Amino acid sequence: MYKIVSKKMFSEKVACLEVEAPLIARSRKAGHFVIVRLDEKGERIPLTIADADIAKGTITLVVQAVGASSTRINALQVGDELADVVGPLGHATDIQKYGTVICCGGGVGVAPLLPIVKAMHEAGNKVIVVLAARTKDLIILEEEMRANSDEVIIMTDDGSYGQKGVITVGVEQVIQREKVDKVVCIGPTIMMKFVSLLTLKYNVPTIVSLNTIMVDGTGMCGACRVTVGDKTKFVCVDGPEFDAHQVNFDEMMMRMKAYKAEETEALANLSK
Amino acid sequence: MTKEEIQALRNEPWREELRKKMSPKERAAIERVKMPELTPEYRVTTFTEEVQQGLTKEMAMCEAQRCLDCADPSCMKGCPVGINIPTFVKHIEKGEFAEVISTIKKTSSLPAVCGRVCPQEKQCEGQCIKLKMNQKPVAIGYLERFAADYERESGKMQVPACAPKNGKKVCVVGSGPSGLAFSADMIKLGYEVTVFEALHEIGGVLKYGIPEFRLPNNVVEAEIDTLRKMGVNFQADVIVGKTVSYEQLHEMGFDGIFVGSGAGLPRFMNIPGENAIGVMSSNEYLTRINLMGAGRGQGFDTPVLKGKNVVVCGGGNTAMDSARTAKRMGAETVTLVYRRGLDELPARAEEVHHAMEEGIDFHVLHNPIEYHSDENGRVCEAVLQVMELGEPDASGRRSPVPVEGKTETIPADLVIVAIGVSPNPIIPSNFKGLEISKKGTIVVGDETMQSAVKDVFAGGDIVRGGATVILAMGDGRRAAANMHEYLSRPVTRC
Repeated sequence: MYKIVSKKMFSEKVACLEVEAPLIARSRKAGHFVIVRLDEKGERIPLTIADADIAKGTITLVVQAVGASSTRINALQVGDELADVVGPLGHATDIQKYGTVICCGGGVGVAPLLPIVKAMHEAGNKVIVVLAARTKDLIILEEEMRANSDEVIIMTDDGSYGQKGVITVGVEQVIQREKVDKVVCIGPTIMMKFVSLLTLKYNVPTIVSLNTIMVDGTGMCGACRVTVGDKTKFVCVDGPEFDAHQVNFDEMMMRMKAYKAEETEALANLSK
Repeated sequence: MTKEEIQALRNEPWREELRKKMSPKERAAIERVKMPELTPEYRVTTFTEEVQQGLTKEMAMCEAQRCLDCADPSCMKGCPVGINIPTFVKHIEKGEFAEVISTIKKTSSLPAVCGRVCPQEKQCEGQCIKLKMNQKPVAIGYLERFAADYERESGKMQVPACAPKNGKKVCVVGSGPSGLAFSADMIKLGYEVTVFEALHEIGGVLKYGIPEFRLPNNVVEAEIDTLRKMGVNFQADVIVGKTVSYEQLHEMGFDGIFVGSGAGLPRFMNIPGENAIGVMSSNEYLTRINLMGAGRGQGFDTPVLKGKNVVVCGGGNTAMDSARTAKRMGAETVTLVYRRGLDELPARAEEVHHAMEEGIDFHVLHNPIEYHSDENGRVCEAVLQVMELGEPDASGRRSPVPVEGKTETIPADLVIVAIGVSPNPIIPSNFKGLEISKKGTIVVGDETMQSAVKDVFAGGDIVRGGATVILAMGDGRRAAANMHEYLSRPVTRC
C-alpha cells in the first residue's frame, strides 16, 4: 500500500498528492510516469511524476478528476492509501545542454513539466517557461517554475493574469525575439498539436509527452498506441515523449475519446 | 526421474497386485470417460462458471482402470515437467487420493492449472500406448485436474516439504507459469525465493490472459497460496529493470535471477484503419475483462467496449478465448477470421470445438486488409481478403495465398487482434550483457536456460517468444535445476 503523506488542491478538479513510494522515488527521472490503482475496483491510470524526494521516499503526483477512478482518488485524504503505484515507466527525458529551451504547457501537463524544467536548467540551458490556462485560478506551480527557470510567461484565455491569449502566442513571441534550440510541450492534446504546428513553421525541434489511455503501462496491451511518423508506437514503452512534428495528433485526439460514453456513465453512477 | 526409479515404483507390491486385478482386455473394454460440461446455451451467459465441470470420484477411478501401467510408460516422455503419470493414475484407481496429489506435486507446482490448460493431446495423451492399439488414450489431463480439485475441495491442501534453508537468495522476474515452477523447485531446495511481479495480481497470464470459464481465478490462487505456505515471497507492483535495476538486485543480496517476464507487445497487422476506436489487441480485451473486472457489472471502474458484431483475428487459443469472451459480453455475432483453413488452426481441438458449440462463426481462409470507421472514428467494417492454400511454408503448414481481386466486407464494431505477441522488451533493454535474438527473445543455453549473464537464467515466452503454460513450466524447472547446480559450485563461478 502507498500512503498519501500530503495533499493540496490546485483547483476544484486537480489535486497534488505526495505519496510514499521509496523504490520509485529512487529510480525515477524527469519524464517518467507511474500507473496508479486506487483499490480493488479501481482502474489502472497513468500519471506522470511531478517530483520526488529520495530522503522522504515520496513521489508527487498531480491528478485531474476525469473518470470514476481519478475522481475517487482526488477524494482521498492524508493518511489514506493507494492500493498500487508501479513504475517508473517509459523513457526518461533526453536532458542535454541545448542552449535555449522553451518549456510550455497547460492543465495538469504543467506538473510533469516541472522536473523537466529543473533538469534542463541544471544542465545549463536557458529555460523559458510558458504556462497557459483558461483563467488565473487554473495556473499551477508558478512559484516552483520561477525558482527553476530564467523567465516565466503566463498566458490566460480571459486575460485575468499575465497576457491575454493562448499558449502559441506566448511561445511565438519568444521564438521571434531570440534563437530557441528546443521546445518541450506538455498539455492537452489540442494544445500540443498547435504548439507543434507553430514550431514546425519555425523549424524548432519539439518534444511532447503524451498521456494516452493505458491499461498495464508495460507494453502488454497496446491501448496507448499512436502514429508517429507513419509508424504505430506504444506510448508506454516507446514514449511517453516523442518528436512532436511526427505525431498524428488528430488520430490521438480521436482515440482519447474511445471511452467517453462509458466514462460519463461511470461518473453518473458515482454521484448517485 | 531415472528409469530405475520409475521401475522401482512400478515394482512395488500394491502396483503388481493392482495390475493383476483386471486383464488388459477388461481394461480395454472400458470407454474413455466423457467430461461433464455445461450446455452451450447456458455457459455463454456466465463468465465465471467453468465450461468443463470436472470428473466425479467414481468417473476418475473408472477412467484410471483404463491405464495399462506400462513397463515403459511413454506418456511420461510427453510431459515437459516429468510427472510420474502411471503412479498417480494407479493411486487414483486404488482410491488413495492423498498419494495421488503428492506424486504429482513432486514435479509439478500447478496441477489444477495444467489439468485444465495443457495440450495433453500433443503431450502425455499423445504418447499413450492405447493410441497404438487403436483405442482412445487415457484421459490423463482430466485425471490430473480431478486429483488437484479433489485436494483443494477437501480443504486440506498438502504443503510439499522443503529442505533446510541453504543461506542463498534468488529472485524471479514475473509470476507466470515459468516463474511459479522455478520458485517451487528452488524453495524445495532450500533457497530463499522472492518473486517480483509488475502487475498488481500474482499469476501472470493465468490471471490476465486465460478467462475464468476455462481457468477460474480461485483455482490459480489456491496453487499460488501453496507456494506462499512453502515460503515463497511474492511482491506485486515491482518492475525489474525499472523499479529496481540488475545492480540493485545484487545489492539486495540475490545470488541468482530467473527471468520469466513473458510475452509483451501485442502484434498488429499494420493495415489501414487499425488504429480506429474499437480495434484492440486480445491482450487489452482480455486484461480489461479478466484482470480489471470490466463489463462484469460488479462496479469495477475499468470500462471495456462492447460490440454487436465482433471480429476476432487469429486462430490460436487466445483467439478462441477472445471470441468466447465476446460472446459472453453479449455480442450478437462473433466472427473468427483466420487466414488458413480449419485444419490449420493452431488452437487446441477442444477449444475450437467449444467455440463452435457456442456459436462462434469460423470465417477461415480470410485475412483482414483494412478497417473502415464511422464519423466518430469507431470501426464499423472489416475488409477481408479471400485466401487459398498454397505450398507448405517453413512451419510445415500450407501457406495462405491471396485470391487475386477477391475481397469481402463484413460489419464489425469491435475487432480483437489475436495474432501473437513479441517478447516483453523491459528486461532485454535494461539488463546489460544479455544476448538478444532478432525476435527480441533472451538467448539461453538449450538445456541450462542460462543466459550470457551467468547469474541470469530465463524461460517461458521471454525465451520462446510464445508457447504454452506447460512448456514455460518445464523451462522454469530446468532453470531451477541448472541454477542450483551453478550456485552449488564450490569455487569461482565461471
